[in-house]
Amino acid sequence: MASRLMALWDWFDARMPSVAQEYRKHLAEYYAPKNFNFWYFFGSLAILVLAVQIVSGIFLTMNYKPDAALAFGSVEFIMRDVPGGWIIRYIHSTGASAFFIVVYLHMFRAMLYGSYREPRELLWIFGVLIYLVLMGEAFFGYLLPWGQMSYWGAQVIVNLFGSIPFIGPDVALWIRGDYVISDATLNRFFAFHVVAIPLVLIGLVVAHILALHDVGSNNPDGIEIKKKKDSKGIPLDGIPFHPYYTVKDIVGAVVFVAIFCLILFFTPEMHGYFLEANNFNPADALKTPPHIAPLWYFTPYYSMLRSVPPLFLSQFPGVVVMGMAVMILFLLPWLDRSPVKSIRYRGALYKGALAIFVVVFLILGYLGTEPTNVWGQFGPWLGEADRATVVARICTTLYFLFFILMPWYSKIDKVKPVPERVTM
Amino acid sequence: MRKLLVTLFLVALAPGAALAAEEGYRLDRAPIDPHDLLSLQAGARTFANYCLNCHGAEYMRYNRLTDIGLTIDQIEDNLMFAADKVGETMKVALKKKEGKKWFGVAPPDLTVVARARGADWLYTYLRTFYRDPKTVSGWNNAVFPNVAMPHVLWTLQGQRALDIVKSEEGGHEKLEYKWRQLSPGLQNQVQYDTTVRDLVNYLVYMGEPAATERKRIGIVVLFALGVLFIFAYLLKKEFWKDVH
Repeated sequence: MASRLMALWDWFDARMPSVAQEYRKHLAEYYAPKNFNFWYFFGSLAILVLAVQIVSGIFLTMNYKPDAALAFGSVEFIMRDVPGGWIIRYIHSTGASAFFIVVYLHMFRAMLYGSYREPRELLWIFGVLIYLVLMGEAFFGYLLPWGQMSYWGAQVIVNLFGSIPFIGPDVALWIRGDYVISDATLNRFFAFHVVAIPLVLIGLVVAHILALHDVGSNNPDGIEIKKKKDSKGIPLDGIPFHPYYTVKDIVGAVVFVAIFCLILFFTPEMHGYFLEANNFNPADALKTPPHIAPLWYFTPYYSMLRSVPPLFLSQFPGVVVMGMAVMILFLLPWLDRSPVKSIRYRGALYKGALAIFVVVFLILGYLGTEPTNVWGQFGPWLGEADRATVVARICTTLYFLFFILMPWYSKIDKVKPVPERVTM
Repeated sequence: MRKLLVTLFLVALAPGAALAAEEGYRLDRAPIDPHDLLSLQAGARTFANYCLNCHGAEYMRYNRLTDIGLTIDQIEDNLMFAADKVGETMKVALKKKEGKKWFGVAPPDLTVVARARGADWLYTYLRTFYRDPKTVSGWNNAVFPNVAMPHVLWTLQGQRALDIVKSEEGGHEKLEYKWRQLSPGLQNQVQYDTTVRDLVNYLVYMGEPAATERKRIGIVVLFALGVLFIFAYLLKKEFWKDVH
């Protein structure tokens, strides 16, 4: 039997040797630094979540109906009448949030160890593109359950495009395909969510991985392992991805899936952060909810949007600020002028800046889930302004200062000497 | 700047201490128990007798009630007033248009109302109706002011009146709620609270019939993952022995 299988493989290999070649290039002979730590689980976990979302999504489309009159009911049909339907639905709704958690941690890893620095700028750019496309995927998908938050969240986001001077209203109309969010909007959002955006996403993920395997992985020390090779041309501090990191990533995947299942089986709404209570009310175009909040992964940007005061009664400045907050990520490789990559060898200045950045991002994220009057108002000495809005303005400014001042503080920061070889 | 940062830090630490922006009636905690089948069955009976006249539960099938220990015969004989077949969903006979004409708004579907409102809200809401001559229906509600729904369970609870006393305390307006019983109902307060508890228990069950099964499967899945973790970890350790 075994020899028959080997003969079959030889037959296959003689006709398509690229399969074995690619296997060697990307797995068996892809040399990754041996000192990966906890933060290096999130790349493979992101691929895992992508696969989970695609598979669960395929099963959901088998019973979901992209029709304004039927959509809400079809989700409940999946939750009640389709055998195992509720598991598939909760996998997909939990997976959406899990995707962002994993991607945020993955991006933070890049900031910790300077993984965006030369020669990995293009890799970083593909990564930010994935993040952008993922936001689009989440936005289109969130309309599909056709609940109140789906409907009014889409309304708010599409209206952002409507605030663009001159062409805005036409752009908004073009996106909706109607004057309000309607059946036409639901149909096209469904098409984007299940076909168009996933194709782009998969393409970008492939590009991201190819770019990574061309330049090689960074590591917690920020040292290029390719600079020190043995006589066979193998990096001294490198180990083959397979089997070493495949077996390691399996451990990470099991722990991740356990946390995922803990949420899925015991608190799938995650106290309203993964599934909002108001989204269990069917969409009603005539009933505007008093408090419209996007899901948690968008709230830092939503906070920024809300904190910028309107100009000539237009929200456009806020929209620009929100857009720039994401776009500025593309520039990160060129803003960082430090002679070292990893935070291990950077000085207090960068460490402090990164700490402030994280705190600011979390505060913005929290404030975006709450109404602007959540902390009450300042006294008359500040014009009775909402405390939360003032804090959001300060945080938005600090967010941008982290990037704008980076060329300066990363350059003058005191750095420690970087070792020749990686440390375990 | 430093003061500002300190303020910022303190403010960031205390999201829980958010100043209450909206004054509202304090919700009571609903003492529900998804494993109490007798309570769920009693709730289903109240639901079919009182709620289903105006509200539907369009995504809930009658035969699903076998989950809570009822037999198909019991369901057909005692709970199905508006359906012919036990596999049908709990549709309402009242037409949307008529509902809108009578109440001002069409009574909403209740299948997932517990997931939208929460058990505590429902439990408090159904116990805080009071007589109010200023409204169309003659009823008002402390949790949901000016609600279009009349007090459907009033024969059980009896009629009550509510006096809202406003007082100033430290610059903040405080509302005090004082209840008065105008006429007795068929049930005393404890009995009525139990009726509502059972009803809310049922509504929570109906919001997600798979919830009990979900937790049971979850325990098995987590146990299996725990076992898998041991093997995955040992495999990793074995391979990584030779990495120095």
